[in-house]
Amino acid sequence: MKHLLATDGLDAATATAVLDTADELKHTLLGREVKKLPTLRGRTVITLFYENSTRTRVSFEIAGKWMSADVINVSASSSSVNKGESLRDTALTLAAAGADCMIVRHPASGAAHRLSGWLAEAGTSVVNAGDGTHEHPTQALLDAATLRERLGSLQDRRIAIVGDVLHSRVARSNIHLLTTLGAEVVLVAPPTLLPVGVDKLPVTVSHDLDAELPAVDAVMMLRVQAERMTGGGPGQSFFPSAREYSISYGLSERRQALLPEHAVVLHPGPMLRGMEIAHAVADSPASAVTEQVRNGVHVRMAVLYHLLASEGAAA
Amino acid sequence: MTADVRPPAEAVSTALVIKGARPYGEGEPVDVLVRDGVIAEIGSVTVPEGAEVIEAAGQVLLPGFVDLHTHLREPGREDTETVESGSAAAALGGYTAVFAMANTDPVADNALVTDHVWRRGQEAGLVDVHPVGAVTVGLKGEKLAELGTMAKSVAGVRVFSDDGVCVADPLLMRRALEYSTALDAVIAQHAEEPRLTVGAQAHEGEQASRLGYPGWPASAEESIVARDCLLALHANARLHVCHVSTAGTVDVLRWAKERGTKVSAEVTPHHLLLTDDRLETYDPVNKVNPPLRTGSDAERLRAALAEGVVDCVATDHAPHAPQDKDTEWNAARPGMLGLQTALSVVVETMVKPGLLDWRGVARVMSERPAEIGNLPEHGRPLATGEPANLTLVDPAAEWTVRGAELASIAANTPYEGMRLPGVVTATLLRGRITAREGKIR
Repeated sequence: MKHLLATDGLDAATATAVLDTADELKHTLLGREVKKLPTLRGRTVITLFYENSTRTRVSFEIAGKWMSADVINVSASSSSVNKGESLRDTALTLAAAGADCMIVRHPASGAAHRLSGWLAEAGTSVVNAGDGTHEHPTQALLDAATLRERLGSLQDRRIAIVGDVLHSRVARSNIHLLTTLGAEVVLVAPPTLLPVGVDKLPVTVSHDLDAELPAVDAVMMLRVQAERMTGGGPGQSFFPSAREYSISYGLSERRQALLPEHAVVLHPGPMLRGMEIAHAVADSPASAVTEQVRNGVHVRMAVLYHLLASEGAAA
Repeated sequence: MTADVRPPAEAVSTALVIKGARPYGEGEPVDVLVRDGVIAEIGSVTVPEGAEVIEAAGQVLLPGFVDLHTHLREPGREDTETVESGSAAAALGGYTAVFAMANTDPVADNALVTDHVWRRGQEAGLVDVHPVGAVTVGLKGEKLAELGTMAKSVAGVRVFSDDGVCVADPLLMRRALEYSTALDAVIAQHAEEPRLTVGAQAHEGEQASRLGYPGWPASAEESIVARDCLLALHANARLHVCHVSTAGTVDVLRWAKERGTKVSAEVTPHHLLLTDDRLETYDPVNKVNPPLRTGSDAERLRAALAEGVVDCVATDHAPHAPQDKDTEWNAARPGMLGLQTALSVVVETMVKPGLLDWRGVARVMSERPAEIGNLPEHGRPLATGEPANLTLVDPAAEWTVRGAELASIAANTPYEGMRLPGVVTATLLRGRITAREGKIR
């Protein structure tokens, strides 16, 4: 594996290998006072973030540091981007300075793919940490890791992805990865928050959350991405009100009671408590939100390992 | 209908003979004698002493192409194209006349700019450059530009367009259409309902949804075309629809034409050949406005062009600098080069599948655009006494597209490395060879 740009096209064997590595790393570090492995000593990893992020950037930074890589954080707001430098020139500069791996978050869909092309000569690996409304592959991998822990296997499991699918790179990455790993996916959202052509994806679609909940093994709530709801004025209303959204698509305590006992509740965060998910549900034993964050570090360690340290790293 | 106020460009007095070409690709090969800028004789011609001879056995003779939709970027972005470099690209592509769009910097919304562009075209002398005037001041869609002044200027503007943006206000569009009727002009609309395309980056459909591109819905084009056809019918005015890209627009055009609307429409070569499958590359060389649509849209466009529901081919030639294209998709400017590849793409998409014969090619690339743009010297029949604005094509030849080798200053072609059929071997403007065997004369 040279880059991790998307889960679309990621085969089950590779995905499973990353998840298995994450699992091993988690157990290796379990209970250790000093969480440090020498695996990536001498390697330089740069996070290049063009959008604000705390959890993803910190997760990658910790992952790199626990593997003994030198991790450098670059954000658009405090870099030469502010002086008008293009993404291409910034990336080439960082590669020339010695980056072995670049972890990029960018508002443009496809930015990570473009970056991998520009950096082909330099040999720098690229990890997509979220590009526009396209993909966020490590989020999907950490979700899958969490679901594997809770459910044992994803084969034939039914998972509901609920909410703002249209603007969600998390949903896109999860649709591809979960179905590759054998799960069934049902999207539950108002028609305005579903992408055109959704019927061509390997999913079923529902507008009735109550009807779906009794038959799912997991429910993945999505963040309502108000910042992506462009159009201005009346057209910005993808749904009539937060109240109506909550009534129709929020995971309330009443709705949680419809879930099977073993069902897992996920949310990529940050959560809009009271609207997307009830406070009590978010903090309930069924909720795996904190585990998602914890697993995120191990999954990202595993991704860096497969890119930079495994036998296939030079391929 | 033929109020051409500008003086005719100088025609050459020496004789020239095209030997062995087939006019419109039909019948037996003939010789064509060109003298004093006109076709003097067609048949078996005795070569006059001192005459230049073009050996054209196996080649197709056509009226010179006319492009209703070219961006020459001068004034303002001469780093990507100038009137001179764009004229060279046009001549090499077989064109004898082009319409230069108004979205320059400054905008061609007044006679000073339109006359400047026209004069630069005259100086280059490779094709007739006809500036398009803006419909509204600064392309802002707020106030009509001085259409009458531009129409009466030396450039004799007859096509007005805010191309790049849509004249979205229905009342302003109605006024523009009404006003244009007194000028014997046509309003060329970039049909895009702006409220439906805020942030749009690609055709709204399966591909864009999968890859996460904000969508540009087909209905944003179709709704404006439907509205404008009704307005044009009401005003009894001439409407031209730029770069038709969807099957739904074809249906609207058919309906409007059946009702007697004075509407014409163009399709670009890239919308005939390329589809939104190209989004997979994430390479903004494929980013264009309107966006590349689906395979079924392209199929309907090809059928509509063959049938005449879509009148003509126009390039939407849009040069861009590397820093505006070799970037992430969202940051890239829309547009691609088109002048030198148009004929080949038409051959690939229309001639090879049997949708158009060469007479049909003449119709969609010469005759109809000249009629729509009101150019009496262009798109004329291949007959004695007609202006010798001519294009010779080798239908059997192929070429490999290399952006850096094209005459444009910019090199943003989506056909890079592609092998295409049909080669323009010579272009004549009023009897003078402007391009020959891939070189400017």
